[in-house]
Amino acid sequence: MASLRQRAIATYNWLDLRLGLVRPLTDASTHPTPANSASWLYVFGSAATVLLILQVVTGILLALVYSPSANEAWNSLQTLNHSIPLGWYLRALHGWGSDFMIAIVLLHLLQVFLFGAYKFPRELTWIVGVGLLLLTLAMAFTGQIMRFDQDAYWGLGIGASIFSRVPLIGAQLVRLLLGGPIIGGATLSRLFTLHVFVIPGLLFAGVALHLWMVLRHGVSDWPMPGRIVRRSTYQQQYRDLNASTGIPFVPDAAWKDAVFAAALLLAVMACAFFFGPIGPGGVPDPTIIQTAPRPDFAFLWIYALLAFLPTSLETPVLMVAPILIIAALLLLPLFAGEGERHWSHRPVAVLLVSLIAVTFGIFTHLGTYTPWSPVMDAWTSAPISPKLLLNRTPLERQGALILQDKQCRNCHSIAGAGGQRGPALDAIASRMTEDQIIRQVLQGGGNMPAYGNALNPSETKALMRFLMTLRGSNLTSAIDSSTTLTHPNPPPPAPKTP
Amino acid sequence: MSEQPSNPTPPSNQEPSVRTSAHSRRVFLFKLSVALNAAVGAVLAVPLIGYLLGPAIKKSTGAWIALGPLTQFPIGETRLADFRSPLASFNDGDTANTACWVRRIAAQQFQVFAINCAHLGCPVRWFAQSKLFLCPCHGGAYYEDGTRASGPPERGLFQYRYQIANDSLLIHAGEMPTLATQASCSKPMPLIQLSPVDSSVASSVAAKAPESAASASTPASTHTRSEWPA
Repeated sequence: MASLRQRAIATYNWLDLRLGLVRPLTDASTHPTPANSASWLYVFGSAATVLLILQVVTGILLALVYSPSANEAWNSLQTLNHSIPLGWYLRALHGWGSDFMIAIVLLHLLQVFLFGAYKFPRELTWIVGVGLLLLTLAMAFTGQIMRFDQDAYWGLGIGASIFSRVPLIGAQLVRLLLGGPIIGGATLSRLFTLHVFVIPGLLFAGVALHLWMVLRHGVSDWPMPGRIVRRSTYQQQYRDLNASTGIPFVPDAAWKDAVFAAALLLAVMACAFFFGPIGPGGVPDPTIIQTAPRPDFAFLWIYALLAFLPTSLETPVLMVAPILIIAALLLLPLFAGEGERHWSHRPVAVLLVSLIAVTFGIFTHLGTYTPWSPVMDAWTSAPISPKLLLNRTPLERQGALILQDKQCRNCHSIAGAGGQRGPALDAIASRMTEDQIIRQVLQGGGNMPAYGNALNPSETKALMRFLMTLRGSNLTSAIDSSTTLTHPNPPPPAPKTP
Repeated sequence: MSEQPSNPTPPSNQEPSVRTSAHSRRVFLFKLSVALNAAVGAVLAVPLIGYLLGPAIKKSTGAWIALGPLTQFPIGETRLADFRSPLASFNDGDTANTACWVRRIAAQQFQVFAINCAHLGCPVRWFAQSKLFLCPCHGGAYYEDGTRASGPPERGLFQYRYQIANDSLLIHAGEMPTLATQASCSKPMPLIQLSPVDSSVASSVAAKAPESAASASTPASTHTRSEWPA
């Protein structure tokens, strides 16, 4: 009787005779790669693939319970969070895995760009990679909608509003996005279809194509200053390099990929365990208006950008900028397919990356605390400091009350409490004269509405009297320089207040 | 007597000229089959694309819907009201509930504003003391008559058409209001384009300085019912 080992070998041979996959898979995994590319900076691509697999596995498990219906989606997430054993952990893994995947894909893109690895003959590999980045972002956006809470609902509203700005076909695009005239069951169904079937399918196809081209052209070698990429010579140089320093990808180079992937998975697991699942937030009932919708982390920079764009530029920028950015990414290797690869000889590339990183960082940071938004409850939750009311006249105190009552603090802070949409008022009287403040309050201007219809004369007078006491650390009052010209004996400055 | 199938000559034993003609015939048949499939595919694509683009093509008519008795809306005040969208589907859940702001200017004169900010659709909130609608997303602000006050919105709040019947306030509700889709959509009438405060309005407001203004008055501009024929 054949031993167990012999039976296993026989089974293996039986399968391989029919499948014929062992040899090509072995050849692919052991393909030679330049020794200098076996680096810790070359691990992001494989890490992104591992995270994609994690997302697929956790996504399938979540789909066992999740109900993609506007009636039930939110409740099914509550069930996952609170009733299904380890449901919360699966949701957390999926949510944090998404954030990590975006970060790793961006790091991969950054590394490839700075290493000039998009140049000949890997132009198409880069172009497919850009497509994979866009698909990853699309997964993140549709994933946020799957949460189907208030942020998801109003996020869809923002998406629809942006679509509505497209000339001529804006209304059709809105209906196409929503699946009907309003945000509802059809909206969730179609975005669920995109999130679960369409985009993952495109991702798989893209990853397969991307990997195929990596195998076909080899892992790019570590860039060296002065080693210029030329279409006529590069491939021969690469073959020579591989012949002299090539190592099999598995196991000589792949162990770093494996170690990084394991560390990454551990990081995702740790975040999932310690920080838990992301949402869902409030019930997606649009009659509950006490909400301040925010997009997920990856889209905060867009959210912030939309607060700072001038009104007249917003629609053109929204329509044109994405096309230009995507076109620039796609066309980059076609226009810069040859030349220097090393970052030390590509100052424009380094400057560009630094500028984009700082810009994204600033806008994302701003998006986390939205200084442009009114603090809707500041007028009831942030009392005026007693120090600012000390030794004030009754009229000035009445002004403080009006400032509070008229909800000025939703946009203006005093003593560090209140909104940041308008300037802090702690030292307003040292920057503006009374006339200027009156004009600003009643007429509005800049970013401030006119309060002429919301204040009667006595309220305005009391408010002005209080505001004129706000001079910070005993700064002098602002003076209208024209007064000194027209009045030989200017009025004495206001007395200092403690 | 049954006819026996003839045994075709293997291609390798055929004359080159015969093989060439057979090959060209097969190439022609293959091209014909490709063309046939392309035609069938095109015919098949029509209903598939039609199904996919159906929501984009279909224009909703909307419907009149009651917000409640007039007594719910005191004169001079702005109140939050809600209704179930007349375009709701069976599986829309809470998302088909819709809120709106009702401003009663006079006994028979209203303004009904969509809850959605004209900038990016976030829900605006009414602040009665400052007489402003404020948006929590990007800080868009509107005066009590819905005109743009400040911030990123390009225009004023979207408005519903209204009518009064049997002492009840009815509005015409349709699609989710955006810059391209209308809140009330039974008529091909564009939503009113509310312009921001211009210099003349600002001047009139400025004239209400403490020394000269009599009292807080009605807003600089209002839109009467006549602009919204039922």
